Amino acid sequence: MPRTLFDKIWDAHVVDRLEDGTCVLYIDRHLVHEVTSPQAFEGLRMAGRKVRRVENTIAVVDHNVPTSAERLTEVNEPESALQIATLEQNVKDFGVTYFPMSDVRQGIVHVIGPEQGISLPGMTIVCGDSHTSTHGAMGALAFGIGTSEVEHVLATQTLLQKPAKNMLIRVDGKLPEGCSGKDIMLAVIGKIGTGGGTGYVMEFAGEAIRALDMAGRLSMCNMSIEGGARAGLVAPDEVTFEYIKGRPFAPKGADFDAAVAYWKTLPSDEGAHYDKIVELRAEDIIPQVTWGTSPETVIPVTGSVPNPADEPDAAKRAQMERMLSYMGLEAGQKIQGTKIDVVFIGSCTNSRIEDLRSAAAVAKGRKVAQGVRVLVVPGSGLVKQQAEEEGLAKIFTEAGFEWREAGCSMCLGMNPDKLTPGQRCASTSNRNFEGRQGPGGRTHLLSPAMAAAAAVTGVITDVRELI
Amino acid sequence: MDKFTTLTAIAAPLNIDNIDTDKIIPARFLKTIKRTGLGKSVFADMRYNADGSDKADFVLNQEPYRKAQILVAGDNFGCGSSREHAPWALLDFGIRCIIAPSFADIFFNNSFKNGILPIALPEEICAKLREDAAMGGNARLTVDLERQMVVRPNGEEIPFQVDPFRKHCLLGGLDDIGLTLEHAAAIDSYESKIPAWTPKIQGA
Repeated sequence: MPRTLFDKIWDAHVVDRLEDGTCVLYIDRHLVHEVTSPQAFEGLRMAGRKVRRVENTIAVVDHNVPTSAERLTEVNEPESALQIATLEQNVKDFGVTYFPMSDVRQGIVHVIGPEQGISLPGMTIVCGDSHTSTHGAMGALAFGIGTSEVEHVLATQTLLQKPAKNMLIRVDGKLPEGCSGKDIMLAVIGKIGTGGGTGYVMEFAGEAIRALDMAGRLSMCNMSIEGGARAGLVAPDEVTFEYIKGRPFAPKGADFDAAVAYWKTLPSDEGAHYDKIVELRAEDIIPQVTWGTSPETVIPVTGSVPNPADEPDAAKRAQMERMLSYMGLEAGQKIQGTKIDVVFIGSCTNSRIEDLRSAAAVAKGRKVAQGVRVLVVPGSGLVKQQAEEEGLAKIFTEAGFEWREAGCSMCLGMNPDKLTPGQRCASTSNRNFEGRQGPGGRTHLLSPAMAAAAAVTGVITDVRELI
Repeated sequence: MDKFTTLTAIAAPLNIDNIDTDKIIPARFLKTIKRTGLGKSVFADMRYNADGSDKADFVLNQEPYRKAQILVAGDNFGCGSSREHAPWALLDFGIRCIIAPSFADIFFNNSFKNGILPIALPEEICAKLREDAAMGGNARLTVDLERQMVVRPNGEEIPFQVDPFRKHCLLGGLDDIGLTLEHAAAIDSYESKIPAWTPKIQGA
């Protein structure tokens, strides 16, 4: 029977099956960070258990770390410092490989996995973070788990799971200039809604996906969870293999050849069954921007904020009104020209070198608009180093943008980088929930190029007018 | 984990779709290394004013809902982040059961690991249960996990679905790590067959 990419990875990892169809699923890679792991290690200690496979496990600090240049010497918020110290004690006690803040390889967990060659095709990858879906771009089954499951994986190297349904998102055609993987993904979420992928694994396929570089694919899989799918997937191809080759933890020499031979068997078979198929034409996509407090509230930058009066359902209408009031927007207003206070370029969605190049291409030779604060936060120390070597950092600093150290930063309001109440932010991150970037903060999700366009004009701007 | 068998309790109506985990427990409260103590911060931004005083219009600030153990919520409850702090915070407040038209996958899963029963029922039924809940302290709901029934105050019984393995774990208050370790031999055997080219994360 023809199988999908998901079916193949799943089948290859079933250790055992319970009576009701629940599977004991083997986990190849477990990524650990400071926020969702302390209680899991505490659980291991209390039960006298050890980490079953330290060679499948990697730890890093990202959520809580400051991104200032002085962060190695300055005093962090006490609760953050305690979480970081707790992780450092845990990795020492349990023998887990760890990248501390002082290590150039430190960065956002979903950036460093692919960057280090830790996340590879055909693997099962988990982390106590919903954006673990990111690693699906490598052709791996990757999904977020809660802390109880973190403990479960640490102790058993497996999870108890039932298979998901298969959804195919096919994007054919050629993506217009000024658009990126982020724009495709926002358009997908706008089409299916934030619950549209619940219970599914989303596989992205089609000409426009094949044409994306790894960064574009990683951005798309990253936001699968915003469409309700725990995991996104892109079939591994030459782009993937080329990306992996030579990375520190990737297979080398004959091992690499053996791995590629296996990886080539993974793409979905002709005629494989999908429970749901969604199709988009890439050439129809216009740079996207969100107006509300859910990622599905997305419109083309040329569009207008919808009018709740046009919504027949009373509960939905009330929610739209609440969103408009929170966001400080008027029904029917053009989204272009909306004045912004802060621009955030970073996060596990858009902090890779390709993202920074696309932002720098817009920022080059321009200056930040008056009164706007712009944070550029590379996804890892190595991305930062490369951006400095390529001259991108210089473009940003000359434009008046802040060039910062690697971390989750302003994506989630857990470290010193936060919006203040009422501030409006053009952000390359993944969630525009109320208070996500700081209590009372207002988030508009968009691509790195669109964020740079907002930075230099001070308003939400169609980046196609600047390129 | 505490067992879940039968619960008769006050239910709070919370008719908002897409309640995300940032709403359930904002990120600034995640800086804890414990599972307990988050109840006072559950729904913090919906529940408290900037000065820390209660928002009078939020349901869990009203009597008798301060003692609610059941939430009847809107569609796609628990979407967003994987933070288990969301079910921990709900549990610490006293919530043992959430009824909604649908749940986000990770939240749904995390709830079972903490002795919270999430029940998905069609919107028409949730709407009726929210009306029951709106009647306050005289209209308790009963959730009978063994029989898989929600019993309305008028005696009407509404059946619900639950995964048999998860039901078994909830009824017994079972730690599933222990159950998985019963498969240790199968895990050993699987590991012995991992291809030789698979790199190890070590020697960094």
